[in-house]
Amino acid sequence: MYAYDELDRTLINERVSEFRDQVKRRLSGELTEDEFKMLRLQNGVYLQLHAYMFRVAIPYGTLSSEQLRRLAHVARRYDRGYGHFTTRQNIQFNWIKLAELPDALSDLAEVGIHAMQTSGNNTRNVTSDQWAGVAPGEIEDPRIWSELLRQYTTLHPEFSFLPRKFKFAITASAHDRAAIKVHDIGLRLHRNAEGETGFEVLVGGGLGRTPFIGKTIKPFVLGRDLLSYVEAILRVYNQYGRRDNIYKARIKILVHELGIEKFAQEVEEEWLQIRDSALVLDEAVVEEVRSRFSYPVYEKLPHMPDELKKAAHDPLFERWRKNSVFPHKVPGYAIVVLSLKPVGGPPGDATAEQMDAIADLADKYSFGEIRVGHEQNLALPHVARRDLPVLWQALDKIGVATPNVNLVSDIIACPGLDYCSLANARSIPIAQELTRRFANHDTANLIGRLHINISGCINACGHHHVGHIGILGVEKNGDEFYQITIGGRADENAEVGTLIGPAVKYGEVADVIEDIVEAYLALRTRPDELFVDTVKRLGVEPFRERVYATR
Amino acid sequence: MTSPLEQKKIRITGPSVVTANRTWDGAVIWRTAAHGWSAELADAAVVRTSDEARALLAESVADDVGAIGAYIAPVEIKNSGAIKPGNLREHIRAEGLTIDLSVPA
Repeated sequence: MYAYDELDRTLINERVSEFRDQVKRRLSGELTEDEFKMLRLQNGVYLQLHAYMFRVAIPYGTLSSEQLRRLAHVARRYDRGYGHFTTRQNIQFNWIKLAELPDALSDLAEVGIHAMQTSGNNTRNVTSDQWAGVAPGEIEDPRIWSELLRQYTTLHPEFSFLPRKFKFAITASAHDRAAIKVHDIGLRLHRNAEGETGFEVLVGGGLGRTPFIGKTIKPFVLGRDLLSYVEAILRVYNQYGRRDNIYKARIKILVHELGIEKFAQEVEEEWLQIRDSALVLDEAVVEEVRSRFSYPVYEKLPHMPDELKKAAHDPLFERWRKNSVFPHKVPGYAIVVLSLKPVGGPPGDATAEQMDAIADLADKYSFGEIRVGHEQNLALPHVARRDLPVLWQALDKIGVATPNVNLVSDIIACPGLDYCSLANARSIPIAQELTRRFANHDTANLIGRLHINISGCINACGHHHVGHIGILGVEKNGDEFYQITIGGRADENAEVGTLIGPAVKYGEVADVIEDIVEAYLALRTRPDELFVDTVKRLGVEPFRERVYATR
Repeated sequence: MTSPLEQKKIRITGPSVVTANRTWDGAVIWRTAAHGWSAELADAAVVRTSDEARALLAESVADDVGAIGAYIAPVEIKNSGAIKPGNLREHIRAEGLTIDLSVPA
């Protein structure tokens, strides 16, 4: 966990006071909606179909049990008893009242949570690997650098009025769990040939209306130069980014139109002017941030304790353990993923009761820490393997032990037309129906790793472009239709999926997905050839034939 | 459902109402014939020509303190006279979520 200092606490509290005054002036009519809109957006407050939506940041996906309990409190006190974890390590509340928002923010500020820059044309919540600090083989905890970037970019005047929103993601593992290649800036911590630690910097990734995979702008930047290099990128973007056309305003369009070589040259020229300025991160500064992260004092524990040997006779426990428990860097410990994808449930939703219970379990079994992943699941990052059987029973009791992590029913979905004012079609009911179709765990295991992503409009909050199967809702003459892409992926080999053919009706989507999955099972060369690898090998044609032959 | 945020020209082809969200809590509301707002679609003023729609929208937008994001939405008028939402988006706004939740909405 990162402990905020006095400066952080003061900043958050001042922000609450400022917003309280802004809300008061809005409600009295002193501020018009036009004047107020940007102010509320900068505090994560949108207007959706039924109500205001309040988006709260969970920087680099790390939460304490105290913070999770407070989120539960906000859900219960100010909303309708639940929250929705998003694809960018945020939580959204869907029914919040503007008049009560300052109180909700104030309650959150008491535990160091805020909503600053969760919307608006500024640098957004800096996201990271949800297993940061505990993943085996990690170069170093990427949250230290995430936190440095968070501090540097928060309320930075030069980054507060960018041409469009701007998102960072950081990983320090070979396997990318943070989807860095589909962010405006993606950072991969690695070591160079000399053994020095630094960053591969990618730029211009993004989804939405025009999807692009990020391109490497610089293969190695030392930590000391991180802020100056990032600032150089943002300055070039600020100068040349399109402000005249919202659809062309993201940095990905600028990088694409200039070409990565020309863009990199502009950044290099800018960087040379500021590289040795006050932006240099000397080791003392990095160490100061590093020292504010606390880590558990792990015990020396066996890898295969008696409790685990005994529980191995229970097939239901074993099924869950094999699916939802992952290796930890410390022997005797494990990372436990909590599925927020129950059969028939809205992906990523958690009730206040579930949040409270998870917070209690985190205190008991995970040193009081919880992680939030972009796949809309939670994780307990420090669980002693001896505690797995008893933890499993407790998780199962509150409905977060569905053994479907990374399987076909572990669906990523945006809120869609049920909530969102931008959506063209519903996402959640499609996800719910698919989880029912694939509810059989044996079938899901037979299918293996398969990511389905659903977006209710082209803005792509459900990251459909990079789903192994992507589903995009569109509108045709007032009816909901869905375009299906296959072959996308969001990891270190990120790719944008390929459209398989004409959009299908709402009522046909689940049948089409079943057809695609059946085609895959027939086409794969061996059981461990993943869906996405079969698509890579064969292309979309066999799947297209299967889907449209009878339609 | 093309977002009303993209609503530029006002040209209606059937019965329509003006809807918005209430400023203090964001609740869905409809403009009434009495120049106020109601949380019930049944109370909405129904317009049938583009000129009427423009006028109703203009007075709705003028109430910047009470409501935000006012726009014209299609409705169906049933034989009984009941006003029903004219598309899925408006149905969801009027009737609520189409999904099952694990907590009561």
